[in-house]
Amino acid sequence: MTTAVATGSRARRRRVELPPWQLLGPTVVVALVALAPIWYLVDQALDRGWGPAIEEVAQRRTVDLVVRSTALAGFVTLATVLVGAAAAWIVARSDLPGRRVLRVAFAMPLAVPSYLSAFAWVSWDPSIAGFWGAALVLVATSYPYVYLPVVAALGRIDPAQEEIARSLGWGEGRIAVGLTLRQARPAVLAGALLVAQYAYMDFGAVATMRYEAFTWVVYGAYRAGFNPTRAALLSVVLVAVSIVLVTAEGIARGRVDASRVGGGAARRGRPVRLGRATGPAAVFVVVVLGVALAFPVVSVVSWSLWRGGEAVAFGEVFSALWATVGVSAIAALVTAVAALPVGLLASRYRGWIARRLEQATYVAHTLPGVVLAISMVYVGVRLLRPVYQELPVLALAYVVAFLPLLVGSVRAAIEAVPERLEDIARSLGTSRSGAWWRVTLPAARPGIAAGTALVFLATMKELPITLLLRPTGTETLATRLWGHTTLSDYSAAAPFALTLLVVAAVPTALLSGLLLVRGREDGGHVG
Amino acid sequence: MSHRPSARAAAAVFALLAAALAACGGSSSSESNSASATASTIDDTAATPTGTITVYSGRTEKLVKPVIDRFTAATGVTVELRAGDSGALAAQILTEGKASPADVFFSQDAGALGAVADAGLLRTLPAKGLLDVVDPAYRATDGTWVGTSGRVRVLVVNPTLAPNPPKTIDDLLAPAWKGRLGYAPTNASWQSFVTALRVLRGEEGAKTWLTAFAAQQPKAYEKNGAVRDAVDKGEIAIGLVNHYYLYEKIAAGGAAKVVAKNVYLAPGDPGGLVNVAGAAVLASSDNAVAAQAFVRFLLNEESQSYFATTTFEYPLRTGVPQASDLPTLASLRPPKIDLADLESIEKTQELLASVGLLTK
Repeated sequence: MTTAVATGSRARRRRVELPPWQLLGPTVVVALVALAPIWYLVDQALDRGWGPAIEEVAQRRTVDLVVRSTALAGFVTLATVLVGAAAAWIVARSDLPGRRVLRVAFAMPLAVPSYLSAFAWVSWDPSIAGFWGAALVLVATSYPYVYLPVVAALGRIDPAQEEIARSLGWGEGRIAVGLTLRQARPAVLAGALLVAQYAYMDFGAVATMRYEAFTWVVYGAYRAGFNPTRAALLSVVLVAVSIVLVTAEGIARGRVDASRVGGGAARRGRPVRLGRATGPAAVFVVVVLGVALAFPVVSVVSWSLWRGGEAVAFGEVFSALWATVGVSAIAALVTAVAALPVGLLASRYRGWIARRLEQATYVAHTLPGVVLAISMVYVGVRLLRPVYQELPVLALAYVVAFLPLLVGSVRAAIEAVPERLEDIARSLGTSRSGAWWRVTLPAARPGIAAGTALVFLATMKELPITLLLRPTGTETLATRLWGHTTLSDYSAAAPFALTLLVVAAVPTALLSGLLLVRGREDGGHVG
Repeated sequence: MSHRPSARAAAAVFALLAAALAACGGSSSSESNSASATASTIDDTAATPTGTITVYSGRTEKLVKPVIDRFTAATGVTVELRAGDSGALAAQILTEGKASPADVFFSQDAGALGAVADAGLLRTLPAKGLLDVVDPAYRATDGTWVGTSGRVRVLVVNPTLAPNPPKTIDDLLAPAWKGRLGYAPTNASWQSFVTALRVLRGEEGAKTWLTAFAAQQPKAYEKNGAVRDAVDKGEIAIGLVNHYYLYEKIAAGGAAKVVAKNVYLAPGDPGGLVNVAGAAVLASSDNAVAAQAFVRFLLNEESQSYFATTTFEYPLRTGVPQASDLPTLASLRPPKIDLADLESIEKTQELLASVGLLTK
């Protein structure tokens, strides 16, 4: 039996010494880039000095906003953990028919932009607006952030402990919650952190649902108040929230990394028979997929019927598709390259420096898109004027925005590769970086690829950064969709929205496919 | 798409690092806040416009592109169009300061233009043949921007449900209309109307009206088009929208199928506010001649007729007729207001939120 809830043993193996410069150098560069928005925010926030800044922030209204946003983020995080974990358990452990299809289907709502989903709901029934409407949309669009890592983790966790518990007379419910999902805790936490940050920074859902959250007010400060200083000050508060979240996740993750310590692979256990619970489980599946996937898709399809069959501008759709794929691929690859040193450092080294460098890449992740966009406008126009509103600055902005999605995946993937493999490679005469390059990274490839797909997906749906920083003339599916919906021309918007949904489904399927393959490989071995 | 973008991005990363380190030494003072606009105007008609200009447009590409194509055909000037949200583009210009690549800012509303003008980033436009072809009510008093088309706030009514529709916003507060009104809380034109209400009646007066309006339990819709459709279908009796939504529906489905009618408010009533889209030339423009020629082009008779017929907005060049069945702007006698005062939309949003008309 090789499963171990490895308290300490692995963690202690992480090196406390200073990482080599080949790793430290790039990581420092990436961390600095990720902190670029902070440079802008501080500079802009203190535009009129400390006094007015403190006065602006220390208002009752700011406290109210923190409370309102925290209520929303708290509820959404909790609900996504429940939905995501339940979906993962059904797919990975139960005998519900059609699990193979469900494994991919449960990830699919990632392809639905929050603004699309929110708009679909509000057009259907305007009275849904408010806290619950915003919460519904945020849960529906972000639970895959929990579902995916948990499904992957459950594929890795050896079922032996569950079998022992069963032999001791534990009920299946108690095993699922008290043992199986407990072992997946780091995966749950990593997903929960992303969701919490997402719930703080998302604009589409809260704006359409008219829930007065932080992002909404920050957008208002730019777009209605024309007051970048106020927007920056409020954003600094969001950064503080982000630091709290990142720190809390770090503490909760602790040193408990539920992974097997080498020696063969987890085998696949016998699926749990649902019996009388089959009905409720099926209802759960239908409700989740209906709300998160079917409803928005059906309503987009219905748009095309609104004005009775105008000719679809296929040329425009096609060129927008190409631009979207091109820009997203570049963003994903550059972000992957940037995330590698950070993930490697975070998974193989401990200590103050390693931890802070990793956290630095996460800090900007609670910043709303428009703030990141304006930050990169500020940075780009001052430091990178020749390539401002060209591909390099746009790519850099995406890196800053989406790095956390990849750093987490890379770290988790590398942590799952036993360090002993590196030791063996080194004992055979390979250098440490050679061992990383030839042993660790290839083994971690599926996880890294999944993270890359996640960034690809996020870039496809992104709007504010794209609008302000794209090369002139570049129109993506998201910008076209925006252009038509601002004119309330939904029949013209429909082909772009549909194409976006369909094309976004590809990396999503890839994402779950990468995890599926790993699960099968694992299952193939007998531990 | 350029070659080897990742290599260029990597170079960019290092440039950023170097500069970030340099910036740690001494934060550069912001150079964007020089107080006044460029006072001296240039005469673009004396020079031949050439080269390229960049237009930041809060109006969508679909609407602006045909005008741009005609401008390029007429002058040879290449136009790089960057369409986006007017407010976000204003924030972008404010952040770029004097380094802005933009030559022209074409905005959906006057508020965004006013904000950029206040930062001293706009050039004063010449009066002759440019500012003076537009009624002074629809351009900046300091000449930094000029309105290019107008839209009137109206009541869109269902004649069956509201045979004797109100003529003032205060009539909307009658008990008969309770639960039968509709509006689009996040719509910029609605918020501009409330801003005008604040300017015309003061904060207290505006709050009084809004509180009474909220007590009417108006139905909130996502967009103006949805308000109009609800009126047309008879879900509600009256909607507060812009005048052209009705004409969009007529153009799409034919007049015979549309039940709803526009009702224009009494002269001087705040509900009949005229909002404008407008254009300005940036003080930092390195091709001000062509930029100014472009703004001038937006005001020529051909472009003005184009806006009038495609968007059913009011042309603002004196003498260009509006779409056939619209009343003239002069006959409507809209409330007198300095459009630059419509800049304080954020305060409006706070007020709307406080009376429960914006957020939930």
